[in-house]
Amino acid sequence: MSENTISHKVAIAGIAETAYYKRGAADRSEFQLTLEAILAAAEDAGLDVRDIDGFCSYSNDRNDPPRIASALGCKDLSLSNMFWGGGGGGGSGAVANACAALVAGYSKYVVVYRGLAQGQFGRFGQGSQARTVSGGPAYTQPYGLMSPAQTFAMRVRRFMHDYTIGHEPLKAISMASYHHAQSNPRAVMHGRPLSEEDYENSRWIVEPFRLFDCCMENDGAAAVIVTTAERARDLRQKPAYVLAASQGSDYRQAATAHNAPDYGTSNFKTVAARLYAQAGIEPKDVDVCQSYENFTGGVMMSLVEHGFCAPEEVEEFMTLENFKAGTGKLPLNTSGGNLAECYMHGLELITEAVRQLRGTSTAQVQDPRISMVCSGPMVQPVSSLILSKE
Amino acid sequence: MSAAPYLPAGLPAPAAANDGLDTEYWEAARRHELVVQRCNACQGFQWGPEWICHQCHSFDLGWQKVSGRGTIYSWERIWHPVHPALREACPYMVVLVELPDAGNVRMVGNLLGDPMEEVVIGSAVEAVFEDHPDDGVTLVQWRRV
Ligand SMILES: [Zn+2]
Repeated sequence: MSENTISHKVAIAGIAETAYYKRGAADRSEFQLTLEAILAAAEDAGLDVRDIDGFCSYSNDRNDPPRIASALGCKDLSLSNMFWGGGGGGGSGAVANACAALVAGYSKYVVVYRGLAQGQFGRFGQGSQARTVSGGPAYTQPYGLMSPAQTFAMRVRRFMHDYTIGHEPLKAISMASYHHAQSNPRAVMHGRPLSEEDYENSRWIVEPFRLFDCCMENDGAAAVIVTTAERARDLRQKPAYVLAASQGSDYRQAATAHNAPDYGTSNFKTVAARLYAQAGIEPKDVDVCQSYENFTGGVMMSLVEHGFCAPEEVEEFMTLENFKAGTGKLPLNTSGGNLAECYMHGLELITEAVRQLRGTSTAQVQDPRISMVCSGPMVQPVSSLILSKE
Repeated sequence: MSAAPYLPAGLPAPAAANDGLDTEYWEAARRHELVVQRCNACQGFQWGPEWICHQCHSFDLGWQKVSGRGTIYSWERIWHPVHPALREACPYMVVLVELPDAGNVRMVGNLLGDPMEEVVIGSAVEAVFEDHPDDGVTLVQWRRV
């Protein structure tokens, strides 16, 4: 490992979220939700929120750091950072950027946050209402290929073709999220269990995705406080140390009109390699994994590209039993994730990864040492995070 | 010959990029010709178009007329309408077509015909030009051969 690694030098010291709402159901503004999450994360850490001096977000979050810092009366603003790229690909990447700023000494306490009230702004799942489109969208939208589900189904279909994979792994991934949401009172789908029959009888959105293969659209906000390992040890919570945080995109993945040379991919091949090298661990060392579900097929490819099984082993490995906290080889999305806890653009996956290390998850894995997050399959760029107790 | 539109009117219509990057592609489609961007320096094909060749970094890029024969690289049958114009149009079929005589670049289009017919990855298709006179544009669609 190189000298300049962030490994063991940074920790997540506070986590929080607002109540999670169905899309359009939040009764206060997106900006207020964001402030509430940041205040609660500082409180969780035992930190005066005015001491936060760095802000990192992603996916073009509308709530900009200068406004937040002014609203909260933060004493100083030393980092105002946006991870470029859409979707949830920047969740772990925003943490990675926070880590870099902390190790470089730019900032002392950085909040990584995401506020999202799709009811107050546009929905992700609807097609453009523009009369004309140009550039990349001109090659897809006139043909009715408009939404994220439609964009990514094409990649997943190709992967399933390449490795002769059927629908069972997608069902297992969906059911794992719903299963774990049933013990999580924060989850929007708490009290709404999903049976195998429910899944199989659900309508197609776009083949190979059924309704329950697709994430929800929600309102809410979440935040995590990131600081140096030394400062974290002086705060209230047991630190969740960052072993590795990696971001990026494989060769020409953003080529327009679906021309990425490697097509049936979640885009994690180079990111995962850098992640494990930085952490100095192997896939078998991971005790629990939160893997971003925009669509189940993306999770399937993410887990393969993070080395949990070979593509040829997907059907054998990716079963509901293997994904359950308590019995599974790879407990997956133990809060319910984007499918069943809340679509907070995957920041809820990072708070859950921390809860697992604290021992406070509602689907607790027994004494996990290594907790992983994979953020945003199939978008460009993507990112991943490995947290550890030590 | 122009086909009747596969999808109902009302979807976003393609317009050439403001900076002129793909004007020739859309003009060729109106002439019922399929062209792909090609580098005049290294002869490499590139799609979607860009101002620079990603292989040799030449800015000297032109357009190559191609046969319009391709193979299906991936497909999706769409059941849930995400645009008001599509409410009565589902299911419909979108395919990703690879063009072997253009450096295996890929193009997105609709697969004409019965959307419930089985689609086989690797099977042969050819380009069909679908005129939209009201919008002054022509879409490139695909049919089985
Ligand atoms: Zn060239």
